[in-house]
Amino acid sequence: MSAASTAEPAFVAKTKTGRFTDFVDSRVGGSGILREFGRKVFPDHWSFMFGEVALYSFVILLLSGTFLTFFFDPSMAETHYDGSYVPLKGVEMSVAYSSSLDISFDVRGGLFMRQVHHWAALLFVASIAVHMLRVFFTGAFRRPREMNWVVGSVLLILAMAAGFTGYSLPDDLLSGNGLRIIDGVIKSIPVVGTYISFFLFGGEFPGTAIIGRLYMLHILLVPALILLMIVLHLFMVVVHKHTQYPGPGRNDNNVVGYPLGPVYAAKAGGFFFIVFGVLALMAGFFTINPIWNYGPYDPSPVSAGTQPDWYIGFVDGALRLMPGTLGNWHVEQNWFGFVFTFNVLLPALVPAGILFTVMFMYPWIERWITKDDREHHVLDRPRNAPTRTAIGVAGFIWYCVMWAAAGSDLIATHFHVSLNDVTYWLRALFFVGPIIGFVVAKRVALALQRKDREIALHGRETGRIVRLPHGEFIEVHAPLDEYKRYKLVGFESPEVLPAVPNEHGVVTRKEKRRAFLSRWFFEDRVAPATPAELEAAHGHGHAAVEAPEEAKSLSH
Amino acid sequence: MGNHSDGSPNHSGTVATAGQNEVEKFQDPGIPPHRLRLADTDPKAAKRAERQVALLFGISVVGTLIFLVAYFAIDLGAGESTIESIRLQNMLLGIGTAFAMLGIGTGIVHWAKALMPDHEVSEERHAIRYEEDRRAAVRIVDDIVEETGIKRRPLIRNTLLGAVALAPLPAVALFGDLGPRPDNKLAHTMWAPADGKLKRLARDPDGTPIKASDVTIGSAFHVIPEGLNELHEGKLNEKAKAVVLLMRLDPASLNPSEGREDWGYNGIVAYSKICTHVGCPVALYEQQTHHLLCPCHQSTFDLTQECKVIFGPASRPLPQLPIAVDDEGYLVATSDFKEPVGPSYWERDMHERSINS
Repeated sequence: MSAASTAEPAFVAKTKTGRFTDFVDSRVGGSGILREFGRKVFPDHWSFMFGEVALYSFVILLLSGTFLTFFFDPSMAETHYDGSYVPLKGVEMSVAYSSSLDISFDVRGGLFMRQVHHWAALLFVASIAVHMLRVFFTGAFRRPREMNWVVGSVLLILAMAAGFTGYSLPDDLLSGNGLRIIDGVIKSIPVVGTYISFFLFGGEFPGTAIIGRLYMLHILLVPALILLMIVLHLFMVVVHKHTQYPGPGRNDNNVVGYPLGPVYAAKAGGFFFIVFGVLALMAGFFTINPIWNYGPYDPSPVSAGTQPDWYIGFVDGALRLMPGTLGNWHVEQNWFGFVFTFNVLLPALVPAGILFTVMFMYPWIERWITKDDREHHVLDRPRNAPTRTAIGVAGFIWYCVMWAAAGSDLIATHFHVSLNDVTYWLRALFFVGPIIGFVVAKRVALALQRKDREIALHGRETGRIVRLPHGEFIEVHAPLDEYKRYKLVGFESPEVLPAVPNEHGVVTRKEKRRAFLSRWFFEDRVAPATPAELEAAHGHGHAAVEAPEEAKSLSH
Repeated sequence: MGNHSDGSPNHSGTVATAGQNEVEKFQDPGIPPHRLRLADTDPKAAKRAERQVALLFGISVVGTLIFLVAYFAIDLGAGESTIESIRLQNMLLGIGTAFAMLGIGTGIVHWAKALMPDHEVSEERHAIRYEEDRRAAVRIVDDIVEETGIKRRPLIRNTLLGAVALAPLPAVALFGDLGPRPDNKLAHTMWAPADGKLKRLARDPDGTPIKASDVTIGSAFHVIPEGLNELHEGKLNEKAKAVVLLMRLDPASLNPSEGREDWGYNGIVAYSKICTHVGCPVALYEQQTHHLLCPCHQSTFDLTQECKVIFGPASRPLPQLPIAVDDEGYLVATSDFKEPVGPSYWERDMHERSINS
């Protein structure tokens, strides 16, 4: 990116950089690419940085991870620790755990790289998640970007897979218990569960194969897939060009922003170093995953307050929320002589299944309901799509309830409340939380739209109180300039789309369902302010509006 | 604003556009006028920004030096490295890298923001594909499908589908040697008497046998079978099934069900430590309430009700290990568990029936 930033295409190269550019170009033929990208315009907004954070975290993961592979030994053979960490001296452990300790205590900078790697992994998943929230709430997944949304969702799953496989590698007590839980979940799968468990672990849990197998997945297969998906993702970003926030001068037919070279490339390139620097600070000051405190994996002990890495939390939380017995009825059932472990199977698969299915399908769901098949390059402000925003908030809250449940014991000990009560409350919130979130978010979005209308029509509050000759006090409102106003009024406000008969003149049941959902989607709407309304508002004896400039703003 | 067609034959064109004709809508005023920065108008400010950028790059150099000094001055290899020296080195490496990276990063960004041209420009968006290409693409695919004749020859299509569906099977079968067949390995533990000799209960982790007289009321022991520590292979596998919690209660508070009256000794009872939920060790014993709590998912078992689940996601009670006392006063297991231990699995019920038959 930044390599191209100093180049300037010229017919006859006069400068040194120009001659260099020409030299390379005449040998590799890059002038077309340079013409296309050298000055390509990118819109700028702080919320576009989340995706960049994810990309840069991945680069840092590759760098730090490569370093770690030079020292890590994924063997589960037994050994006796003989490194510098005194408390574990002579303790029997696996070679994997021993080499992880060596990386931490006997390789200079090893602990630092381990911590950079772990923090970067946490940040990687987090930034993908936040990036996806941004994309969802601004409607950036709409045509033509549905496929890229799918690729992004795949990346989220791959990132979690990469995280989990890596988390298990040191073979410490905490990650071993994580594997134990995975084993339990796999065994609950009907018919093939026991076999999958035996194949995965190379026999009974824990066996001596799993670390080596996870290692291969972690350093080869999963990163290769992630890399492939990133290439696809960025390729499509280039094809689509970036979306932009609504505002004056921005529409679906243009891109407003800074040229790639030099400004955008400098900002984006500089941002890589900032992400790296922040991760280095975290790795330097905040301990993450102190495996030496946990000890080697042993199926017998476990420490209280065990926590998975944050991105696995929602599955673990769902496992905790599920009751194993309802009164005297056991959720686990023996049918036809076989065991159906619903108390594990349901929470492990259903919530995650629903979340990911809806996530993958959402662009098509919304397109079907709204019949909106146009290309969108201008983003929605979340308030201007109240129902979508409400759906997103509901899903987010659902996720967060499960996520919080993964820390139910810590919530109980930190806030001195009963663990059982925390679980009961979270069980209730699991069902009620998304509904409350939906209603509140929708109302907030509509209220914000009304506020926008109010400001567009009556100007912003100046805080200046004026007393009129007849004694009345009023607050002076200052009208917006036309650029600021356009930002508040320049959006689409779709209306309910009733059922339409098909070519045979029949309104199908599916179409009726769609119409019902369309009503649900668009029934509550606040239309953007119109010039006529603005005129009416000003004609309403708003004597206090400073510098009446209706004529100016309405004389198009 | 693009094509509003929804594709239905008699569409009204009302999608998202009702009441929004040009008269009733605000006109786009265009990109706001550019505002010059201080550095654009004042050469002094520009010079100042230049010096700030250079300073930031200088800070980066200092950071790199800090890193190198910390790396070479604190030598972990020689002698005993202490937690303190590692922590100090880690912190200094972090500070060094952070300065080195943040110096470059903030320097470049500041340079871009303060000194590089900040005119926002507008660029036309080109259609992703042109109408002509679009038609051509559809036609090409149609032609290709047509020329293969796959639609007209269902025999070819169906046999191909069948072949393709079956072809990956060898690849799946190839993974058959990833692990052995489960058979009934999960149904048995090390507690089964070997050569007619009952296994003693031993302390975890040192493996010393436990005398019944050592177990006072209210106490709890983490227990492994005698001989586990001497295993050379599969020690952890056996341990993952065989670990047991041993507790002694007032015998009156225990309510053994029919057939289990002689599974304990004088109020001493032993239960599998592996949670019946997903297999974490149920390591927390609440002495006052006689509850066993799994720290992973908070399944709670009541010892006075034969470890019945009273809270949490587990569905089955913890399996009980029948114990007795041998001639020398040591606790022994009179048999293996009467059911498979640990998390449930598909064949579990079958295994339990075969154990008890």
